[in-house]
Parts: sequence; C-alpha cells; structure tokens
Amino acid sequence: MSTTVHAETPTLPSEASQPAGPPPPTSSVPRSRSVARIRERLAPYGFLSPAGVLLVVLMVTPVLMVVWYSLMDSVITNMDPQFVGFDNYAEVLTDPVFYVAVRNTLVFTGASVAAHFAIGLAFALMLNSPLLGNRGKALFRVLYVLPWLFTVAIVAVLWRLLLNPNGVVNYVLGALGLGSGQTEWLSDPSTALFAVTLINVWCGYPFFMISLLAGLQGIPRDLYEAAKVDGASIWQQFLNVTVPQLRPIIISMTLLDFIWTTQQFALIWMTTGGGPITSTEMLSTYTYKLAFTTYDFSVASAAAVIVLLLSMILGVIYVRHQKGRD
Amino acid sequence: MGNGARMRRGLAAGVAAAAIAAASGCAGALPGGSDDEDGDVVIEFSQWWESELPDGKLRALMDEFEARNPGIQVELLSGPYASMKEQVIAGAAARMAPDVVGLDGAWVNDFAQKGVIADLSELMDDAGYDDSNLVSQTKVDGSTYMIPAVNFVYPMFTNDDLLAKAGVDTPPRDRSEFMRAAKRVTALGGETHGWTLPLSLEAPNGVQNDVMSWVWASGGSMLDGEQPNLVGNPDVSSGMSFVQDMWDAGVVAPGSFTMKEQDKVEEFSNGRVGMMIDSLAHVDTIREANPDLDFSVSAIPAADGYSGKRGIPYASWGLGVSDSSEHKAAAFKLVQFLMGKQVNADLASAAHAFPGNNESVPDFVKEDEVFSAAFDIYRQGRPENEFTGMPVAEQLMRDFSEELQRSLDGQQSMDEALEAAQERWEEEF
Repeated sequence: MSTTVHAETPTLPSEASQPAGPPPPTSSVPRSRSVARIRERLAPYGFLSPAGVLLVVLMVTPVLMVVWYSLMDSVITNMDPQFVGFDNYAEVLTDPVFYVAVRNTLVFTGASVAAHFAIGLAFALMLNSPLLGNRGKALFRVLYVLPWLFTVAIVAVLWRLLLNPNGVVNYVLGALGLGSGQTEWLSDPSTALFAVTLINVWCGYPFFMISLLAGLQGIPRDLYEAAKVDGASIWQQFLNVTVPQLRPIIISMTLLDFIWTTQQFALIWMTTGGGPITSTEMLSTYTYKLAFTTYDFSVASAAAVIVLLLSMILGVIYVRHQKGRD
Repeated sequence: MGNGARMRRGLAAGVAAAAIAAASGCAGALPGGSDDEDGDVVIEFSQWWESELPDGKLRALMDEFEARNPGIQVELLSGPYASMKEQVIAGAAARMAPDVVGLDGAWVNDFAQKGVIADLSELMDDAGYDDSNLVSQTKVDGSTYMIPAVNFVYPMFTNDDLLAKAGVDTPPRDRSEFMRAAKRVTALGGETHGWTLPLSLEAPNGVQNDVMSWVWASGGSMLDGEQPNLVGNPDVSSGMSFVQDMWDAGVVAPGSFTMKEQDKVEEFSNGRVGMMIDSLAHVDTIREANPDLDFSVSAIPAADGYSGKRGIPYASWGLGVSDSSEHKAAAFKLVQFLMGKQVNADLASAAHAFPGNNESVPDFVKEDEVFSAAFDIYRQGRPENEFTGMPVAEQLMRDFSEELQRSLDGQQSMDEALEAAQERWEEEF
C-alpha cells in the first residue's frame, strides 16, 4: 500500500516550478513526503480537536472529578481528603430518604412525560386540523407555546400564587363547588407531589407539542387519502397512519423528556424545597442538600454518580434508538 | 507559506496567547489580597451588603477607611446573599478567599471547622483591640470567629386594626394572651388568621425565627453547653407544645409547610394575619406594600409568669477574616474600623439595623416610632440566636422543620418529633 502511494504521489507544484539544477539531496525528498503524509493523516484530528478539547474540558473532566470525589472523604472543604472506596455509596444506598427520592422522581417523571405526550399530541392534532383557520391556528400556537417561554423562576412564582390556599385555583374550585376552597396544594403532604407534577406538565408540554406538530405536518396527505379510499374511519386513520408516522418522534421525545425531567431541580426547589416533609424530595434536591447544606460534597458526588448511572441507562436506550433509525 | 500553514501557525499562536492571557488574566481576577504597584496593600472584602445599602454607601465607608489608613486599599467584591456562601467555600478550597468576608452566623461553625475563617480572638490580641463595646461575638470552641457588625432583630408585629376589630386592645405579652388574641382574630372569619408560621424546607429559617423564638423569649435554650438538648428540656417542650396547640386550634394561616419568610410578610401586609414574628428589615416593605396598615412591634410573648430577660432572635451581617489571607492585620483593621462607634452607627442607620457596637445609636431610632420601640425591646432584651455558630445550621433547621411538620401533620407526637430531631442533630454534631 505504502509503495503504491509513493509511486503515485504527484509532484508538488512548488517542486515543479523550481528551476532545473542539481537534484536535491536524495534523503530530503522522502522526508518532506513523509511529513506531508503525516500532516495529511493528522488533518482530520486537527479539525476535530476543538470539539475534542471542549468535550474533555467540559464533559469528561468534570465527570471524572465527580467520580473521584465520590471515592474520597470530605473533598473540597478538606485540604487533605482520604480515599474511602465505596463508603459514600454505601451511605447513600442505606439512607431511606434516597429511596423516597427515587420513588418520587419516578412518579414525577413518569406522570410528567405521559401528560406531556398526551397534551402535546392533542394540541398538535388540533393545530394541524383543517377545521381551524389560519388566524385561529396562529393564535392558539402562541397561547399554547407560552408556558415554554417562561423561565422556571417565573413559573414557580406564578404557580405558588395560583395554588396558594387563598389563590385563584382554590377560589375557582370553591366557586364551582368542586372543593372546600381551602386546599393547601403545595403544603399538604398528600397533594404536594401532584401539584408539582401539574406545574411541570404545564411548563413542559409545548416542547412535545411543537415537535409532534412538525411531525404531523410532514405526513404525506396521500397516505390519509389512501386510507379513506380503503374505508378507514378517523380513529383508524389516526391509529394506522398518524401514530406509525410519528413513532420515531414520539420515542425520541419521550426518552429525551424522561432524561430532562429526572433532572428537574429548580422547579421543585423553588416551589416546595422537597417538602412538605419528604413528599416531593427528588434525586436532584436530595443531592443538592447533601452538597450545599451539609457540605458533604463526597456523599453528594456519590449520589450524583448514581443518578448519572441511572441516566446513562436512558441515554444508551436513546442512542440505540437513534442508531436504529439511521 | 501556504494559507493552511499560515492558518495553523496563527491558530497555534492564538492558543498560546489565550493560554497566557488566561493564566495572567485569571490570576488577576481571582479573589485574594495583593500588593499593588505603589507597594500598598490591597485587601478584598466580599459581602452581599453593598446591593442592600443605598448606592455608594459602602464604597464611601471604604474611602473613609483608606483615608484613615494610608497604604491599605479595599476592593469590594459584592454578590447576592444566595451565592455568597458558595463563593466563600470555593475561594477557600483554592486558598484564594477574600481577606475580609461578610458572614451569616449560620455559616460560622462550618467555616471555622473547615479552616475557611481565621480565629479573631488571636487577631484582636495582636491588635490590642478592646472588645468590651461589642454587642456580641460568635464563638466556636471558645474563640471568636465572627463579629456581628449590624443586627436585624425579630420582634412580634401586630396588625393593630385587626386586633382592635377582634376586641384585643393591647399586643399580647404572654402565651395565653397570644393564644386568646389569635383565636379572636381567626374568629373574625373570612381569610384572617391569628398567626403565621413559615416552615418551608427550601429556606428553613422559620425554625429559628418563628419557632425557637418562643423558647428564647422565655429564657430557654435548645442547647446544653454546645450540644443539642431537645429531649427532656422543659423550655423546649413547653415552647413546642404551644406551637402544636396553636396549630390544633386552627389559628395558623394555611400553607405553613411551604411558606417562606416573604410569604409571611405578604400575608401580614395584606391584612390577613393578626400577628407574626419578623425582621425589622421588613418595616419599609410592609409600609410600601400597604401604606394604610396600622401595625406596631412588641417583644415576643413569654411563657406565662416569666419575668426574666427575653431573648429576641436576630440575624446579622457579620465580619470575619479569611484564614488564607496574607494581610490579616490589615484585614482586621477594616473590621475594627467598621465596628467603631460612629462608623457602626452610620452603617446601622443605612441598613436600618441595630448596631454591633453597644455605644452606637443609629439615626432612625430617633425619627421613627416603630424603630424606636424596637430599639427599646432590643436594649431591654438580649439578642439570641443559638443557631449562630452551630455546625450546618441550615440543615439543623431543616431537620427540625421536617420533624415538626410530621408532628403538626399528625404523623407523630411532639415528644417523638423532638426525639427524632435530637437524634438527627446529634448526627450532625
């Protein structure tokens, strides 16, 4: 192979334009050729290197540092931390609150993703419907996408006011005779998890809606026409045309939403702080408290690594799905 | 040279320049005092106070300090309170913490134990400083680590209109009177309640200000020496039973378990709550929110029959010196300056707080009857905050709040709550 390359390497223009004269020393020609060859081989790595450096600096190094912290005792605050192996993991895994946090995270995430999908799909179908005029579509698009445009802090403040015992939600429910009008949505241990999930559903469905709407707009009309010719009802068209066509988007969005929702911290922290008692404690709030209220960065790192491993399972599923699509 | 080669060499030069700039630039930007070109000592003072004081006030004080101490310059590092603790921890981890640090009492124990802040007792001795005029000092293992520069006290606020409507003529002075007044206000109906109790786990300082204050106001303590003493402690037990009784009587405004300090102030400002225990720092906030609200401040009611000195909760803007500072003597000069009689009164006036120097008298107490009354309470009582100087103070409050919530929610008795909280606190100690 290398012999062939030698034989076929064209003369460089700079060499060709050189005036005739004594031939250059025989050893320098192969050297310059081999330098050129090395450069050629390294060029792709050169182009990749900025991304590689960023990846190492911003992703690999912090992750490795957290893993290393999780194996040490009293990192960051102690100048001379000691290696303690898996003691920090044992501490996390024997803490009953950790399992409460895992359960709450699963309930919160599962319910949020399911509701995001259902509401997002319903609104996307509505916005894609020929029954709605263009102005109506534009208006509803703006209205439906609004929750997504608010920052988490605004969402938290807004919903704290709405769900306040003296707030609008209780007033409306009371006026309609649908409750006592005194429900402490966020402060009652029996309703707090439902309340934070509701808030998360409200601010998260537009992402699903927009993605599914884009998918719906890409479905060829002739598929529906063919289904109609075959006598399919609206429901049958939905099940046999719409859903199969949207399936790749649905799976991708579900997996991404699942990953993002498990990492939801700000909303929980700003609305309930993980309480009342432990009723809305999530893996994210549990880890935060370890790090920033007890300064136990080592145990917090161990908890973070466990969360990372759980997230990686979802990540692997997502990547496999994407590869399968390709 | 071809374009590609030029680009490669340019890129290499750029990377090298960036690396050098980063090395030099970052070193300059990182906290930690230094000596400037004139040989002056430059000390850094990190705090969250600048944004809470009138514009330019803190800088003006620093200019005055520099004029009085030639050769020392002060660089202010200001940030929000919420991020200050993390910034100090991060600076200490890199041994690059600012020389003088604004502190909250709740951080002191952790910072002292982890070697973030220096022993001020030693610095006071070295400087020959007379500490007899300091209102309080925050100590760990017998050594001072923080000096409260100004104190924000937490008296009882009463909505006097609401109390009058309920037939209560004077603010309650003991627990029985408080319970009676709270029941009468609640009986007015609508959305009004007698008392508000914020127990949010996000910001659990309600345990300090609204719960333990009942114990301190009656001369009680939650500690035995420097250890937690929640079980078998009649003062704590009686204070917590009172809180439980108030809860059971239905006089506490709804939403307690996620209520924060600002929610409490809002409830009071809106006239929905008859009484609350709150910081004097919120007097202006309440006036701005509801200029027509007729309210006053009084000492926190004590247990029936108690006639001793009443503890009054407080929060501080504290001063400490970083253990990694290379200019500790200069840093302590700044502390000394800020604790001086006139400067401290000036700072307290600007912050609407009470001075850390017992000889200082802030201007506002002469001009405003609410502050004047509060200053009398402050002087007659004793500033008390046992969470100050305790390890992981915020987590202790959170632990206590969780157990208290379980008790109020009926999941356990108050005695069980105190036992559980004691156990959790002992683990932290």
